[in-house]
Amino acid sequence: MNSSTAEYTENWYRVGAERDLGTKGSCSEDTVELTIDGLAVCVPEGTSIMRAAALSGTDIPKLCATEDLDAFGSCRLCLVEIEGRAGFPASCTTNVEPGMVVHTQSNRVAILRRNVMELYISDHPLDCLSCPSNGDCQLQDMAGAVGLREVRYGYRGANHLDEAKDDSAPYFTFDSSKCIVCSRCVRACEEQQGTFALTVEGRGFDSRIVASQGDSFAKSDCVSCGACIKACPTATLVEKSVIELGQPVTATITTCAYCGVGCSFRAEMQGDKLIRMVPNRAGAANHGHACVKGRFAFGYASHKDRINTPMIRESISEPWREVSWEQAFEFTAKRLKAIQKKYGRRSIGGITSSRCTNEEVFVVQKFIRAAMGNNNVDTCARVCHSPTGYGLKTTLGESAGTQTFDSVMEADVIMVIGANPTDAHPVFGSRMKQRLRQGAGLIVIDPRATELVDAPHLKANFHLALRPGTNVAVINALAHVIIDEQLQDTTFIEQRCDLDAFTIWCDFIRDKKYAPESVEKTTGVAANQLRSAARLFAQAANGAIYYGLGVTEHSQGSTMVMGIANLAMLTGNLGREGVGVNPMRGQNNVQGSCDMGSFPHELPGYRHLSDDITRAAFEQDWGVKLDPEPGYRLPNMFDSAISGEFKGLYIQGEDVAQSDPDIQHVQAALTAMECVIVQDLFLSETAKFAHVFLPGSSFLEKDGTFTNAERRISPVRKVMQPASGMAEWEITCALSTAMGYPMAYSHPSEIMDEIARLTPNFSGVSYALLDELGSVQWPCNDAAPQGTPTMHIDEFVRGKGYFSPTPYVPTDERSNSRFPLLLTTGRILAQYNVGAQTRRTANMAFHSEDVLEIHPSDAEMRGIENHAWVGIKSRSGETVMRALISTKMQPGVVYTTFHHPESGANVITTDNSDWATNCPEYKVTAVQAYPVTAPSQWQESFKRSDIAQRDLLP
Amino acid sequence: MTVSNEKLTRMAEQITANMNYGEDTEIVADKVADHINRFWDQRMILAFKAHADGHRESFSKALQAAVLKLN
Repeated sequence: MNSSTAEYTENWYRVGAERDLGTKGSCSEDTVELTIDGLAVCVPEGTSIMRAAALSGTDIPKLCATEDLDAFGSCRLCLVEIEGRAGFPASCTTNVEPGMVVHTQSNRVAILRRNVMELYISDHPLDCLSCPSNGDCQLQDMAGAVGLREVRYGYRGANHLDEAKDDSAPYFTFDSSKCIVCSRCVRACEEQQGTFALTVEGRGFDSRIVASQGDSFAKSDCVSCGACIKACPTATLVEKSVIELGQPVTATITTCAYCGVGCSFRAEMQGDKLIRMVPNRAGAANHGHACVKGRFAFGYASHKDRINTPMIRESISEPWREVSWEQAFEFTAKRLKAIQKKYGRRSIGGITSSRCTNEEVFVVQKFIRAAMGNNNVDTCARVCHSPTGYGLKTTLGESAGTQTFDSVMEADVIMVIGANPTDAHPVFGSRMKQRLRQGAGLIVIDPRATELVDAPHLKANFHLALRPGTNVAVINALAHVIIDEQLQDTTFIEQRCDLDAFTIWCDFIRDKKYAPESVEKTTGVAANQLRSAARLFAQAANGAIYYGLGVTEHSQGSTMVMGIANLAMLTGNLGREGVGVNPMRGQNNVQGSCDMGSFPHELPGYRHLSDDITRAAFEQDWGVKLDPEPGYRLPNMFDSAISGEFKGLYIQGEDVAQSDPDIQHVQAALTAMECVIVQDLFLSETAKFAHVFLPGSSFLEKDGTFTNAERRISPVRKVMQPASGMAEWEITCALSTAMGYPMAYSHPSEIMDEIARLTPNFSGVSYALLDELGSVQWPCNDAAPQGTPTMHIDEFVRGKGYFSPTPYVPTDERSNSRFPLLLTTGRILAQYNVGAQTRRTANMAFHSEDVLEIHPSDAEMRGIENHAWVGIKSRSGETVMRALISTKMQPGVVYTTFHHPESGANVITTDNSDWATNCPEYKVTAVQAYPVTAPSQWQESFKRSDIAQRDLLP
Repeated sequence: MTVSNEKLTRMAEQITANMNYGEDTEIVADKVADHINRFWDQRMILAFKAHADGHRESFSKALQAAVLKLN
């Protein structure tokens, strides 16, 4: 019967099951023609018979093969016959050859496969109906595919059916009784993740998979990336959510909302309930890999702490009142307009969030510029990567990284500066480790011994363990050696760079004060190490630099970024695969929030407000006159709030009262304002200082795009309705309308169309293109309709590369007898930023509190014991944490994270900042540490106000 | 009142120190002034100029010259 024309469904983007072609693809440009089951097939040279057959539509039975891993050939299920060849070769480990005639099915092959399956099933529980993998079990599928009808060996022989189940890991179980020892999990842990936590213990019949040396998963080296679970063809490794809820029914491709890698995921659902997140094999950023956060830590989106009703209050000491959206918008607009009337148009502003979509960020900055009528807009990228924007724009001409993530696989020497990718960007960290295990050289420049310095099957050639705050001295010394020893790429410099600037820079860098021997004492890095590292990098065919917040969050963050760009130009390492300057962006949409015009001095696409033509284009499109003067940066807003001039702040999804430095200063600023509006999922630390709370929506509840660290714009797709009833872009538009500047879009795709219309680098971007390509790297325009994987190929965006001199100016933050240690801060794998999301998941099992890492000699000198309470005091404040004595630290340097508000890591950090951008100097704070027995005064006060504010909730 | 005079001066001196690598004072001053004009809110520039009226002598040489070039 035909369906009625009245049938209708909202167009949710859904995809079918992910197909596995069995073995990896070949990049060869030469092709091979052969015949498979009578069909002519043409594939790249180096393709396996299994993959060639799959490409022609025939899935050869398999158990140990998956295209995520190298072919292994152990299960003997994928045997085929090849004319003119004896025996039955495994199709996964046999590559195609010209003229080959392959038969994937024959009576002899069928008998062999059935026999193999009989053996497997003779030692496998027959509980398919109650098994969590029922419906998603390759062993079950293969039994069906080979026509298994009986098990001649019976089930009473020796078996493994009584093996104990390990459910110690927070997110998955390991049931050894269901294991067929195909070793896909072991290989996934090695090849994809690079942790080597799993192994096959015993031989022959006694073989079994174990974590580390027979530990439980929880106690092993396992990092819960989930690669083994995706690889497992049985129910041996299964997500606990699947055990609890059953198999997902639908899937939607979306993008992770955690770090700047921007992994593509399949959100697998039952109705509008998220069952699991599975990394998307076709995802260009992650190629089917994930980390513990993106893979498992999504429970926060449905956590009981979510606030889903708008709330208002007259003052921050009053109880919150739940109101309708209309009442919330009316209250807020009235209050903001009253402030502007009393204190002037520029007395209010807003902050965009690097966790929100491009479209949401775009409408917030538009709201501020058009409805508030000023440029007091900033973003949390101010406190992480603003120096990247300044430094790369100055030297190369564009405020963005130059490569794809895949580019690392062509690098011969990798330099990692102030970044800890295996913790902060784990999926890319795993990819980098793959290349390092293949033999690429590695130089790590970091005060701490990060995992990359000495990981399983890889070791850094050099670890330049510099003193915090001396980055520029080190980068200058490296460049000095290259000039001194004439290792520079003269051809590249002459063809691609501004030679006048290069001449000035050469004179600058030749100065003896930048010789390794001169900076040795300042940096703590031996001169011979600096010279050897410089030689290794300069002499590499492809040298690639990756850097993180250990570069930017310094008083000379911008200088260091320029120093890095100088080094890349000096050695000719730009404009092709395998090289480049690669900023590792902290949050999921740091690149995007910067691209979208979140800074107070520039419009979307990094165009300065003083540019009349650009401003006119926006004025015409938006129908409003724009203020041509730059507005306040985030720290300026806080300073001006304290001095009584800045009165109102709209904060989109950022927790400045936890994440920003010198928290007591931030809290004083928030308290001084007359209207603080927080749009968030939870009662964040900042929301405790707010007058209006607008409930935000999680990444599962809205459509949009995120732009990752490689400039890749990826789709975020709605898989459930917003819990509050409104997506965040809708909230901002409604608030703008209430303020008297109507904004209305029927879908975020219309916002992207506006972005494309007004921003040359995005002119080719549309949702239709993203649906077609999966993702696209900007610039995407008429000159590059499919996007731009590698930038600056023939010339730099600014024309000629600019060597900017980078004088080393020591930070004002010095250690002395009162504050003899230097504190540096960072993050760890299981938690994310302020922890608002990850603290509301089972990731707490991995990291439940921030600790102070301290070198054994510093601890002993102070009588500090491992895991005991330790006080940390700086010029800004004082807090208390537990000590973790660690030889990863160098003497004189201590380290902590800022994932838990009560630990008060940012009570200690100072208001020092980068000279060019005011990016805070989180990475250098002079402190003292000492044994204590009680929390600090700040912590006591935090605890009291936390309880008081929670009591004010409805 | 915007950002405090003490902080504005600290920021301006920091910019000056980072842009000063031995070139002529006027060239450094041009760069410093251009940077401040491009990135600072007008209120901060006005406050800093007002503060400089009585305190210019205490500034570094290049910053003394740069103040005169501010918008």
